[in-house]
Amino acid sequence: MPYLLAACAGRQSALDPQGLQSEQIQQTLFIFLAVAAVVWIAVMIVLALSMLRRKRLADQPLDLHQGFEERTGQIILGLGIVTTVIVLGLSIVSYAGQGTIFAKDEHPLTLKIIGHQWWWEVRYEDDSPHRSFVTANEIRIPTGRPVKVELETADVIHSFWVPSLTGKIDLITGQKNELQFTAKNAGVYRGQCAEFCGLQHAHMAFAVIALPPDEFARWREHENHGASSPTDQLGKQGEALFRARGCALCHNISGTLAGGQLGPDLTHIGNRVTIAAGTLPNRPATLGAWIADSQHIKPGNLMPKMPLQSGELIAIIHYLEQLK
Amino acid sequence: MAAEPRELRDDVLNGLQLSTQLERVWRTPSGFLGALMSVDHKVVGRRYIVTAFVFLLLGGILAILMRIQLAGPEKTFLSADKYNQVFTMHGSTMMFLFAVPVMEAFAVYLVPLMVGTRNIAFPRLNAFSYWMFLFGGCFLWISFALNVGPDVGWFAYVPLSSLQYTPTKRPDVWAQMITFTEVAALAVSVEIVVTVFKQRAPGMTLDRIPLFVWAMLVTSFLVMFAMPSIMVASTSLILDRLVNTRFYDSSSGGHPLLWQHLFWFFGHPEVYIIFIPGTGMVSAILATFARRPVVGYPVVILSLIATGFLSFGLWVHHMFVTGLPQLGAGLFTASSMLIAVPSGLQIFCWLATLWDGRPVYRTPLLFVIGFVVIFVLGGLSGVMVASVPIDTQVHDTYFVVAHFHYVLIGGAVFPLIGAVYYWFPKIAGRMLSERLGRWNFWLAFIGFNVAFFPMHILGLIGMPRRVYTYTADMDWAHLNLLSSGGALIFALSFALLLVNVIYSLRKAELAGDNPWNASTLEWATSSPPPPQNFDRIPVVKHRDPLWADNESLPVVAGLSAERREVLLTSLAEAEPQIREASPEPSIWPLLTAIATTVFFIGSIFTPWAVLWGTPPMAVALIGWFWPTGSKEDEE
Repeated sequence: MPYLLAACAGRQSALDPQGLQSEQIQQTLFIFLAVAAVVWIAVMIVLALSMLRRKRLADQPLDLHQGFEERTGQIILGLGIVTTVIVLGLSIVSYAGQGTIFAKDEHPLTLKIIGHQWWWEVRYEDDSPHRSFVTANEIRIPTGRPVKVELETADVIHSFWVPSLTGKIDLITGQKNELQFTAKNAGVYRGQCAEFCGLQHAHMAFAVIALPPDEFARWREHENHGASSPTDQLGKQGEALFRARGCALCHNISGTLAGGQLGPDLTHIGNRVTIAAGTLPNRPATLGAWIADSQHIKPGNLMPKMPLQSGELIAIIHYLEQLK
Repeated sequence: MAAEPRELRDDVLNGLQLSTQLERVWRTPSGFLGALMSVDHKVVGRRYIVTAFVFLLLGGILAILMRIQLAGPEKTFLSADKYNQVFTMHGSTMMFLFAVPVMEAFAVYLVPLMVGTRNIAFPRLNAFSYWMFLFGGCFLWISFALNVGPDVGWFAYVPLSSLQYTPTKRPDVWAQMITFTEVAALAVSVEIVVTVFKQRAPGMTLDRIPLFVWAMLVTSFLVMFAMPSIMVASTSLILDRLVNTRFYDSSSGGHPLLWQHLFWFFGHPEVYIIFIPGTGMVSAILATFARRPVVGYPVVILSLIATGFLSFGLWVHHMFVTGLPQLGAGLFTASSMLIAVPSGLQIFCWLATLWDGRPVYRTPLLFVIGFVVIFVLGGLSGVMVASVPIDTQVHDTYFVVAHFHYVLIGGAVFPLIGAVYYWFPKIAGRMLSERLGRWNFWLAFIGFNVAFFPMHILGLIGMPRRVYTYTADMDWAHLNLLSSGGALIFALSFALLLVNVIYSLRKAELAGDNPWNASTLEWATSSPPPPQNFDRIPVVKHRDPLWADNESLPVVAGLSAERREVLLTSLAEAEPQIREASPEPSIWPLLTAIATTVFFIGSIFTPWAVLWGTPPMAVALIGWFWPTGSKEDEE
């Protein structure tokens, strides 16, 4: 998984487009920027000239001549027309760009994404139920193929945004929005909630991992299978504790008895780059810190503080880490 | 039957007698109680201005707290909860307690002087409006101090602000504060419109009204059409939270987007409610310091009116990413960009004025030039934000934060600080220090750009708004540090303004009536003006009466010298119509405001406040309107 390493860069920039839509947006942006720069510089030149022009005359008495008004009136009118033309031109450029970025492909890969305070539920749905699976905070997609995300929210308004791939769209209560995008290159692209959604809005990130199509197909095949049972003693103990200590009430791990629906699905958490919606890198130490006292790391999230012995904690970490 | 001419009129008195007599009639009663009873637009206006600037100071301190928190990655200066309260309070304070009130405050002080009348229309309503503004602001800030300050953003989107997701009283505090300040804003708007339409000096026809007054007239109409939308929105929110209505609840047939439509139908014109008075200030300052009237007077007025109309047609550009139909969004792109045309025309007129004038570079003009540099940039980034594709990337990022600070600070605060320097002599009777003024300008100009320009880039490289922290690997640290440094310099410029004001109030040279040799009527009276504003009401025969050739201003005679009277004139031609009594000082506006405050705050806690809260208001209003006029009034 060489692409996962790139996640450490954690970049999300509209100026480094990696998708068809983000490229189109950048193009529109650059046209606007160029026009804006020309206009601003032109205004500044006129301002500077008008300031320099009569400096020496500053204290001469006032002279209310009307001839200037009439001559200037026509120039101002002309500039007004020029402004209107520029504005209409830019509107057309904008509308053309809009057409491209919101174009809909007929056979996209369709995902369903559900926003929660403060994490992302990702559902890969298929006509046959056993080929459907759920994951969280990481979205894997194939390169070169249009992807359609259907967006809903479980609570407040969130906004789905991966600047490297395309612009954002809100997840609105009682409404279904959708967005299509195509990743051109393989890589890990960071995304982040862009609509203020409460206390931990800052910590509601995710990763979009674009894989070559064959690699994506392999991953998808793998995801269809539930978690494999732990083979070692510590792992078995961790699995038992996961249920005994109540973790399973909120978290689902497919293929096991853990079937909670409140928190993120943990079926293959061992494969994920980050935990807590992009807040921490996924390592045994950070996972342990999170389980021991997630309220310290991300105050206000729904996961309660777990009164665990250190041995119990180690077992649970060990169990989760091997869920690959 | 005509009344006996038994009263004392101004035409039988000589200059000194008249001015002593009028001062006795118009002065605010002395003492603490007298101060509470004042209905003089200058007294109320001064209080309004000072209070609004206190809120600017408080909002500015919050801005600095945020910039400290964001100066580096993963700082723990503010907790998430505190940060959310701080940015909510910053936005709410700056929009509702500073920007709109301060513009109205200047209008309350200046418009009656500029149109040549003795007091604003409805002076008691004016006093009431100030008290409502003060109490609403104090209510918000005391709540914040008690840790129940709102934390759902100055935009308070549902469902986050609904009872389900924010069960505390915080959103209620926010929503009620809105109602307070909008009551105040609506009252002032009505006063301004009536003052401008009915109390102009004889001869001040529509095409002789000063541009600042035109700007405030247009603004007042915007307030009257925009504010009801937010009042409906916030009242519905309160009802949802308090008595379980379902306006915004999608599971019961309501819809959260209703909130956004109502909010932005107010929220976008709000920008122009702040910006248009700024343009009025620019026109006033520019004419005086370029030593010539603003070029294209009718173009500027038509632009103001066009801007006002257009501002209601583009609220949807705040909602491009909510999944609205694409064609509609495209049309709103065009209408949003179109507002660049009237704004551009005004800029062209100002540049032509400067071009043809003989500019004197004193501090107010420096701020106007700073305004042109910054505002044009902000306007151009506004054209970008109006484009749907660009907006899908930059919406809710620091690019937008940069954009609207360029527009609001460049478009309104720079002219406003210029206006402080320009009109301070008229308000305080003394000049502000020019030397400190230059320092003030350069610190503000440099600090502002260093603080806000980097935010454009931060937004484009992915930094969302309203995040209380970010990690080091996001590459945002350097630009944020730069921005925080700039914010400190910018803050320093305001500290310098404060120093300048305090120093100049006591030590600076006396101003004289017309220190800048300006052309409008407020400079035709002493600095500061006497309680009656003008001993004799001037007659206006020129758009720039004090620059016109005649030696001294002609005046009208015949107003009463023994009771408060204003002269009403016709709407278009400003021909004298009747003498109208202007209300005496009264304690009842204050008592009404107190009763209203108890009612508003009580209704946060119990719907029963609607029952027990209204009788005191009724009593206060009866006291307010108790007829006390003389027999002559009834004839």
